[in-house]
Amino acid sequence: MPVATTEAASAARLNSPQDLASLRDSILAQRDPNQQEVIVCYGTGCLASGAQQVEAALKKSLAKAGIDAKVRPLIKTTGCRGFCSRGPLVVIQPQGLFYQKVSAADADEIVDSTLVNGQVVERLLYKDLQTGEAIAREEDIPFYKLQHRVVLGRIGTIDPTDINDTIAAGGYQALAKALYQMTPEQVVSEVERSGLRGRGGAGFPTGRKWKSALAAIKKKGYPAYVVVNGDEGDPGAFMDCMVMEGDPHAVLEGLILGAYALGAHQGYMYVRAEYPVAIKHLTIAMDQARALGLLGKNILGSGFDFDVQINRGAGAFVCGESTALFTSIEGRAGEPKPKYVRSVEEGLWGRPTVLNNVESWANIAQIIEKGGEWYASLGVPHSTGTKVFSLVGKVNNVGLVEVPMGTPLVHIIEDIGGGVPGGEPFKAVQTGGPSGGCLPYDMRDVAVDFDSLTKAGSMMGSGGMIVMDKRDCVVDVARYFLRFLEEESCGKCVPCRLGLTRMREILDGFSRGVGSEKDIEDLVSLAQAVQDGALCALGGSAPNPVLTTLKYFKDEYLAHINEKRCPAGVCKDLITYGIDADKCTGCMTCARQCPQNAITGEKKKPHVINQELCIRCGICMESCKFGAVNVA
Amino acid sequence: MSTSPLIDIDEIIERYPGKPEFLIFLLQDIQAAYHYISREALELVCDHTGVPFSTAYATATFYQSFRLEPRGEHEIKVCQGTACHLKGSERLVQDLERKLGIKTGETTDDLQFTLETVNCLGCCALSPVVVVDEDYTAQATSRKLDKVLKDVTAR
Repeated sequence: MPVATTEAASAARLNSPQDLASLRDSILAQRDPNQQEVIVCYGTGCLASGAQQVEAALKKSLAKAGIDAKVRPLIKTTGCRGFCSRGPLVVIQPQGLFYQKVSAADADEIVDSTLVNGQVVERLLYKDLQTGEAIAREEDIPFYKLQHRVVLGRIGTIDPTDINDTIAAGGYQALAKALYQMTPEQVVSEVERSGLRGRGGAGFPTGRKWKSALAAIKKKGYPAYVVVNGDEGDPGAFMDCMVMEGDPHAVLEGLILGAYALGAHQGYMYVRAEYPVAIKHLTIAMDQARALGLLGKNILGSGFDFDVQINRGAGAFVCGESTALFTSIEGRAGEPKPKYVRSVEEGLWGRPTVLNNVESWANIAQIIEKGGEWYASLGVPHSTGTKVFSLVGKVNNVGLVEVPMGTPLVHIIEDIGGGVPGGEPFKAVQTGGPSGGCLPYDMRDVAVDFDSLTKAGSMMGSGGMIVMDKRDCVVDVARYFLRFLEEESCGKCVPCRLGLTRMREILDGFSRGVGSEKDIEDLVSLAQAVQDGALCALGGSAPNPVLTTLKYFKDEYLAHINEKRCPAGVCKDLITYGIDADKCTGCMTCARQCPQNAITGEKKKPHVINQELCIRCGICMESCKFGAVNVA
Repeated sequence: MSTSPLIDIDEIIERYPGKPEFLIFLLQDIQAAYHYISREALELVCDHTGVPFSTAYATATFYQSFRLEPRGEHEIKVCQGTACHLKGSERLVQDLERKLGIKTGETTDDLQFTLETVNCLGCCALSPVVVVDEDYTAQATSRKLDKVLKDVTAR
């Protein structure tokens, strides 16, 4: 991504809200709203599928066509636009044309047809899943039309590495308002009025947390700290990553507002090391904000000082837990501590600390700017606002989805997500990551908010939403999550360290067809012991996937134990691969690929698998172009 | 893995003040420069930060991203996030283990490849994903990986 324009670097320090307003006016005055702009999505998904090559090719084509822009870059790279399964994405403004699955080879045509001649490149348009009709504009595509984007609002429109773009889009207005028109107490009250609950998973009311921190500071004095939890560890969840990458200033502005509310002068951002782009963009954002006087000493001339340090995680899921995260920032192995004293009183370095999740912080500026009441008007009474989900798994539209709290589950998966490929109903959805629960299709009408999900036995968690179809085995999924948490358990407390291992061993048995109904009873009782006895939330919530799958899919467990059968065809020890003689063309691809040489047959004649040699690696099924390999 | 020019260890150590809280920063920088942390490097870090060797060792082994053994020239990371798992990433791991003759976490004898699994790379739309050095293979299959490994070795 192009590093900041020199404009930002050379700009003078802003010493008042008026300075900020005039900077914004001057940026906007230089922009022609009708000027064409080519936006290339630089989200992780698009990058991995070749967005950089697309951008380079577009640049070349533009140069060839002799198109040049003097004022703002003609090509802009942005954070994740969210529709990851359709990447690489290119959007042409101001028309809002949405081109999907773009490759470098399409660049000349995009430039010639669309930019030069004003025509739409039909074949790059999104086709409606039901009607097959091409949809030209981004805002008309159901995936986008049905969302309500607050946190993701600016992402995909701004260049995250250019603070001017953020300022033009209204960034730092809330900070100016708070510093000059509001007392710190008023900031806290506004957040309280919004009803915002922690987006990291636990759903604790943010305003109340800040209030308790203020009370603790009154008692213990300063220093106090504000911390961003960017240690998004749930496998299958990437919304915080995309927020940090795509709109780093939203997180930063929220953090500065929090610091002002609490009187803190030092903040920390703890970011997962697997997110190098997020770390880079946050660092650039901080440098640019500092150069403009929006961070550091005497922010916006108000006399308020605040600065931030980024700490990179080092690969430990448990560090998303508050006390473990503090220990890690302090430079030690991130083991949780018992929470006899809350972190608002004794957090980082033993001082009063407010720790909030990335998405929570990213909401703050808009709450201050538009008012807590506005925020509370979104969503449902006890879960206000919107929530970002990463919708993944067996669903057509994989990507980031933001909807008001209380939206029915089925609406997210089928209307926005486009349902399961192939059109059959989904089998189950895992919400809340490894600590969450697995909800069956029958529960599809459940409202996605903190309380309704908890009532259904799952949880909001940080917002991962993993869709499964009939080819996914719930025993395997429960075992997968448990194994993940077993590996990530820090080992400090016995219930988690030994309990999870023992539970996983029972599930290992089930996946081999070994076990009895008594084992299921033991599994449940162990699960309860771990829930009650574990020191932190990692252990405390670890049994959830097992308990919910047992609650909703007990038949499938019984099929494994009693009938030695995996109905979904996943558990290796209980399945056999076979070749359908009617479909097999004898092309020999599978025979060549088989690592065991277990497949034999003559050319152009049906092949057979030698079950004695077969190790059930599934390579034959994966390589067969005719769907002749089946599993039972 | 980008082969960065060898950086002087003392230069890395001097990047941070000699305080215990900078232990992880130092380990990260050393890991990034050398792809692993040698015993000598760990001792230097301890001298600088005043952290006991046992604590530094405990910290280095606690976090997944630190390695105390040398690594292969090419790093293969198979994503084991939930979306990738559902789409068969475990089969890919087993396939690579067979192909390379090593277990996950190990390095081939010729120091060519290190095989690793990671928990979610945040590009679930491409699942299952395998990353070799910096190159992503989307919707990875055994066949695609054959080609990727071949290309990497030929480079």
